[in-house]
Amino acid sequence: MKKIVIIGATSAVATETARCFALEGAELFIAGRSQEKLERLADDLRVRGAAVVHTGLFNARDLASHDQLLESAYHTLGEIDAALIAHGDLPDQTECQHSWIGTEQALATNFLSPVAFLTWLANYFEKRGTGNITAISSVAGDRGRQSNYIYGSAKGALSVFLQGLRNRLAPRGVSVTTIKPGFIDTPMTADIKKGPLFASAELVGTRVHKAMKRGDSVVYTPFFWRFIMLIIIHIPEFIFKRLKL
Amino acid sequence: MKRYESWGRYPTIRDQKVLTISSRKAPLPLPDDERSVLPYGLGRSYGDSCVNDNNAIIDTSALSNLIAFDPNTGILRAESGVSLATILKVFVPKGWFLPVTPGTKFVTLGGAVANDIHGKNHHRAGTFGRHVSQFGLIRSSGEHLTCSPTSNSDLFRATIGGLGLTGLVTWVEIKLVSIKSPYLDTRTIKFRNLDEFVEVSRENDPVYDYSVSWVDCTTEGDQLGRGLFMAGNFSERRKSRQPKSLSIPFPCQAPSWLLNSYFMRSFNTLYYNKQLSRTVDALTHYEPFFYPLDAILDWNRMYGKRGFFQYQFVVPFDEKGETIKEIFRRITRSKRASFLAVLKTFGDIESPGIMSFPRKGITLALDFPNDGAPTLALMKELDTIVLQAGGSIYPAKDARMSHEAFLASHPRLAEFEPHIDPRFSSSFWRRVRN
Ligand SMILES: Cc1cc2nc3c(=O)[nH]c(=O)nc-3n(C[C@H](O)[C@H](O)[C@H](O)COP(=O)(O)OP(=O)(O)OC[C@H]3O[C@@H](n4cnc5c(N)ncnc54)[C@H](O)[C@@H]3O)c2cc1C
Ligand SMILES: NC(=O)c1ccc[n+]([C@@H]2O[C@H](COP(=O)([O-])OP(=O)(O)OC[C@H]3O[C@@H](n4cnc5c(N)ncnc54)[C@H](OP(=O)(O)O)[C@@H]3O)[C@@H](O)[C@H]2O)c1
Repeated sequence: MKKIVIIGATSAVATETARCFALEGAELFIAGRSQEKLERLADDLRVRGAAVVHTGLFNARDLASHDQLLESAYHTLGEIDAALIAHGDLPDQTECQHSWIGTEQALATNFLSPVAFLTWLANYFEKRGTGNITAISSVAGDRGRQSNYIYGSAKGALSVFLQGLRNRLAPRGVSVTTIKPGFIDTPMTADIKKGPLFASAELVGTRVHKAMKRGDSVVYTPFFWRFIMLIIIHIPEFIFKRLKL
Repeated sequence: MKRYESWGRYPTIRDQKVLTISSRKAPLPLPDDERSVLPYGLGRSYGDSCVNDNNAIIDTSALSNLIAFDPNTGILRAESGVSLATILKVFVPKGWFLPVTPGTKFVTLGGAVANDIHGKNHHRAGTFGRHVSQFGLIRSSGEHLTCSPTSNSDLFRATIGGLGLTGLVTWVEIKLVSIKSPYLDTRTIKFRNLDEFVEVSRENDPVYDYSVSWVDCTTEGDQLGRGLFMAGNFSERRKSRQPKSLSIPFPCQAPSWLLNSYFMRSFNTLYYNKQLSRTVDALTHYEPFFYPLDAILDWNRMYGKRGFFQYQFVVPFDEKGETIKEIFRRITRSKRASFLAVLKTFGDIESPGIMSFPRKGITLALDFPNDGAPTLALMKELDTIVLQAGGSIYPAKDARMSHEAFLASHPRLAEFEPHIDPRFSSSFWRRVRN
């Protein structure tokens, strides 16, 4: 894989994935909402060995701009071998419960914005054949819990969307990868008390890189989340609804 | 999960606020109240110099970007939270190596500067600080400074070896050295006692860029200080096959009976006899040569809940090596030493750092499992011998030296203290200065 697009590249996880690609000498197009952060990361990736690094700005709330961003990525790179969509936002659950405005924003950032990117990418890769599309969802999307169901429903919707897309593009030889991380120690979880289940961004980011290269389908990372979620989704609803989760 | 403790896991931290810094341009984070701060790298210091109990630390792990590299000169600029492991991963395949490296690659650039670390090439290259051309420093006054031998030179000299007390280092510029291969031509020589060590070291240090010895601290008499002298130079030969790196996390806290003196003696005897002939030459990859312990992640947990002490000192050479022999006799008799005793001769290349630990002489580093009062008493006894001989004790590995021992180890303290940032402190600092 030579030419990679990373949307939400300044996220702690995607930064680590980008670094893995840089080490292999890839050509990268990285997009984020802060030019300063993007430039710092671009320098880092160049020193690590990336052949060329281009940057692009976007805001997840501005869905209309998404096609244009990918068009410009495509024109700068000439072609795209793989794309990663990594941005996300953990909304304040209590606030969203009081007003749908927060929920709308959370759905826009975590679901609609990735979908806008995925729509362009799906059509691009469908035409091209071969390649990989990866998006970071979350184990939070596997089952709704009272403490986190706004974010969870956005990620759950994203997982279903990716599942359908995978089904659509498989015959074309294009892999679609859903990453379902558990807890990661990143700026997103800065205010959450850290327990033993927290993984590092480096571990998750490196796993994302591997998944993209292999064209995996659904990746729980760290791997043990597959077992945890297997148990969680099988707890009968009449019990689950009484749990404080 | 990240634990903000020291590598020796002693003393136990009761209450420590964790702040983070998100970018090298960001302002210095400070607690709202009067509590002091201390930068935290990867916590590979053994004692209490990297912790700040009842106060705050600043996690520098987000300062992880490389900034610039000049392949013509080998000059690398990188943020201070970048680890030496990252630098190796990126630059060894391109034919570059660290100018100086400690016995673990899991340390940050900031930590390497603050303790002015030394490596197996001290006799040839001096300390880490000698290879630092400049760095960025932020202070509680709000200043963002660039420090080099020519600009803010006082702070440059105070920060190298400055124990994290002069401000937070945001980025560091160092000069890498070029290598032809990731392998070293190595030679291991068995020595039967300390006299032989001195001889072997005198003969071989001029020929080898890197040298260190492992010593048995359990044998006495004419076997006092027997061990293996291990030396190497980066090979001119190329060898492409890279060994697969394998890290085994230490699974849990070990029971303390594992580390009894019988076990230690057997281990040391086995290790000493692993090599039958006096001299063995080999082609060795840099990983096992420089970082034999890194293969076992979290090996410090082997010492169990009570943790352990490291003890490292340097003493000047004397004619017959009487000081070092006396120290060895005390350690052997105490039966408290464990298997990790490392001996090396330091050269006379001076560091720019005012507080830098290494100086010409012979240095010994070893572990003592924490058995409470008797262990502390032994180390106090050793302090006396070391300081009487005009030696010094290494703060990066200390959790218990006295105020007096600290003063005697740092003759230029008065020159250093004016440069301390008023909002910075550490558990170590409060202990040795009060
Ligand atoms: C197995 C092993 C082998 C070792 N071998 C050697 C050796 O051969 N030679 C040697 O010299 N040392 C050796 N050490 C000690 C180690 O190299 C030092 O303690 C080193 O400073 C640890 O770096 P760190 O990044 O973990 O920093 P920490 O231990 O987290 O902090 C060390 C000091 O650096 C300061 N600091 C950290 N980051 C910054 C920053 N950004 N700005 C300002 N100050 C900062 C801290 O405040 C603290 O005072 C060894 C340690 C281990 C565990
Ligand atoms: N941390 C966890 O425990 C966890 C668990 C499961 C899944 N995830 C998912 O992993 C992915 C990476 O997150 P992370 O953990 O690495 O956290 P992070 O570092 O905080 O990354 C979040 C990223 O989203 C970007 N972003 C947020 N709102 C945006 C907007 N409106 N427009 C453009 N970009 C926006 C942020 O941009 P800036 O860099 O400019 O701030 C940041 O790069 C996310 O999809 C997240 O949902 C995280």
